Amino acid sequence: MTAVAAREIEFRDALREAMSEEMRRDTRVMLLGEEVAQYNGAYKVSRGMLDEFGPRRVIDTPISESGFAGMAIGAAMLGLRPIVEFMSWSFSLVAADQILNNAPKMLYMSGGQFGCPIVFRGNDGAGGQLGSTHSWSVEGLYSNVPGLTMAIPSNPYDAKGLMKTAIRCDDPVFFLESERLLGMKGEVPEEEYLIPFGQARVARRGDDCTIVAFGRPVHLALEAAEALAKEGVSCEVLDMRTIRPLDAGSIVSSVRRTGACVVVDQSWSFGSPGSEVASLVHRECFDDLDNHVHRVHSADVPTPYAHALEQEYLPNPRRICEAVRSCLYRA
Amino acid sequence: MANRDRPQTEAPGEPFMNVHGAPPSGVVRHEHPTVDAALARAWLRQMLLIREFELRCMQAYQDKKIGGFCHVYIGQEAVAVGCVAAVEATDPIVTAYRDHGHALARGMEARHCMAEMFGRAGGCAKGKGGSMHMFDRAHNLFGGHGIVGAQVPLGVGLAFGTKYLDEVVNGGRSSRVTLAFLGDGALNQGSVHEAMNLAGLFDLPIVFVCENNGYSMGTAIARGTTMGHNISAKAAAYGYEGLVIDGMDVLTVYAEMKAIVERVRSTCRPVFVDMRTYRYKGHSMSDPRKYRTREEEEQYEMDDPIGAIKGHLEARGMTEEEFKALQRDVRTEVRGAMEWSESSPAPPVADLYRDVYIERWGTYTGSSQPEMLGGAENAPQFQAFDPKADLL
Repeated sequence: MTAVAAREIEFRDALREAMSEEMRRDTRVMLLGEEVAQYNGAYKVSRGMLDEFGPRRVIDTPISESGFAGMAIGAAMLGLRPIVEFMSWSFSLVAADQILNNAPKMLYMSGGQFGCPIVFRGNDGAGGQLGSTHSWSVEGLYSNVPGLTMAIPSNPYDAKGLMKTAIRCDDPVFFLESERLLGMKGEVPEEEYLIPFGQARVARRGDDCTIVAFGRPVHLALEAAEALAKEGVSCEVLDMRTIRPLDAGSIVSSVRRTGACVVVDQSWSFGSPGSEVASLVHRECFDDLDNHVHRVHSADVPTPYAHALEQEYLPNPRRICEAVRSCLYRA
Repeated sequence: MANRDRPQTEAPGEPFMNVHGAPPSGVVRHEHPTVDAALARAWLRQMLLIREFELRCMQAYQDKKIGGFCHVYIGQEAVAVGCVAAVEATDPIVTAYRDHGHALARGMEARHCMAEMFGRAGGCAKGKGGSMHMFDRAHNLFGGHGIVGAQVPLGVGLAFGTKYLDEVVNGGRSSRVTLAFLGDGALNQGSVHEAMNLAGLFDLPIVFVCENNGYSMGTAIARGTTMGHNISAKAAAYGYEGLVIDGMDVLTVYAEMKAIVERVRSTCRPVFVDMRTYRYKGHSMSDPRKYRTREEEEQYEMDDPIGAIKGHLEARGMTEEEFKALQRDVRTEVRGAMEWSESSPAPPVADLYRDVYIERWGTYTGSSQPEMLGGAENAPQFQAFDPKADLL
């Protein structure tokens, strides 16, 4: 960024700016989902878009995830570039067959004839006391599938730049937002920019331990790093920005320098981005490590409702600090 | 047009209780179709080609040249041939896993269809799809899809897409009609009903062609589907027309579908068709058909769709010799397709990682060996954007 006067906007506004700019630029882009038009979005991400683009391009759908996700995939096969809003990624499970069997496999099973340039976006993650069924972190579940890309921004600047890249991407993009972050304000320049996929951001420089994080947990990792700094522990925090593709090179070069790695991933631990990163680091940095990779995930239980239990369930700064200390033999 | 209860061997006045139940009064067969004789002969050839192709598939499956699942179309040939003839080449088509007939009717060369099943590089999907995934971009065939009913939302999306491209992107009028084929077994899938609702809600130019062969695998329609004797009634719940067509007669299929398609083209209102047909063979190759009687099968075989069009053409002067020449012709074509497929190479192992992504973030080798991307020095370059590129 240059010396242009900083403009601060909310995460949700950054998402809307990205979608609106791309819709002005390319008439093949349209937005559809539950309550996106007349209601202005269940979380006000699409506020005002119906007024600008009209009902042909900002489309209210019934509560029918399998139907409208599949409809958007069919349209994408034909050359449109739909953005599908899931009010919550938890509801995407209803459309699992469409978004997992059709979108990411179409190019492959058609022998390269039909791609699927589509963005699925919505709220991901727990933290709002929504109970077990509405609190999904789908990173682990969906990142398992080849053919899809997965972006998970942690701040307004990244949200806008990654969303614009997502809309121009020729492959299906699973774009994971966080309801807990939608009101977060951050610097977003007026001028156009895109953030490439597969390029991590160094959120904090440090020398003793690399903390690899995705999405909202980046902020928890930064809090932990701040607390650890007071103990004389210097942490480097990597905000991965995308899970597929994974910027493996940035992880590896950081860990080779620090010699320690903690990964923070809000999905469950079994078969997850966290386990993928651990596997990667153990393979590529085996001789550089002084301890095995430590992992901080959501607890391996269904998401509880009670506030105290939910806070303990989620990755939190205390658990991240404990993991870093343990990894550095300071526990 | 005349109401027709089949088969005719039943006592007068007693409707024949077949797998479809008592025939609704709306089943029609055109008795005096006025179609060009050359066109009708081309359809006969296509139907003979599909049947010969499928018989050879069964053989090749027994010989283990075809792996996985294989669902043959024998008995239903009039449906694909008549429906495809009733639409334009630019009208999108999507279907389920019993898809060889649709691919051949749409114009895919038999050798590319067969090579796909042989898992060869010369297959329509380079050997990556198999029997259930016949895709042909050049002929606007958007697949063969394996999960029951899952192609129906895609079909609604194709109809949404053509209307959007024609009206919003290109600023004209909606001009294309999508055919979404489904089996009667798909009628009990939620995705189908969600799709049918959306099509009605959004005024989409689509015809749902339900190839009602009476069986979801081994379950007769009455055992799995409420109102199984009159499934077109389901369309009423979504606010559009539901029709019953005799799918054993290509002339009827064509005449009825032609009228429906042109109506949908001008009104942008969906139509649902209960296309009465029958598969002579099992659901897939491993099905011994113990859930139905040989008598029932024979009843339908008497009503053979190839026999019907053959009889029609004979009445218009086609000789037995001309018919035999057509048979020889398709045999030669299918034999050639088999030979070509045999000689087509297996896909190169390097193809395993090809066509997973269009965008490149380095050479894709799978997540267990992620590409060593790293920082700004390896930022991907985006191609210059051409908004007119790749529009169908």
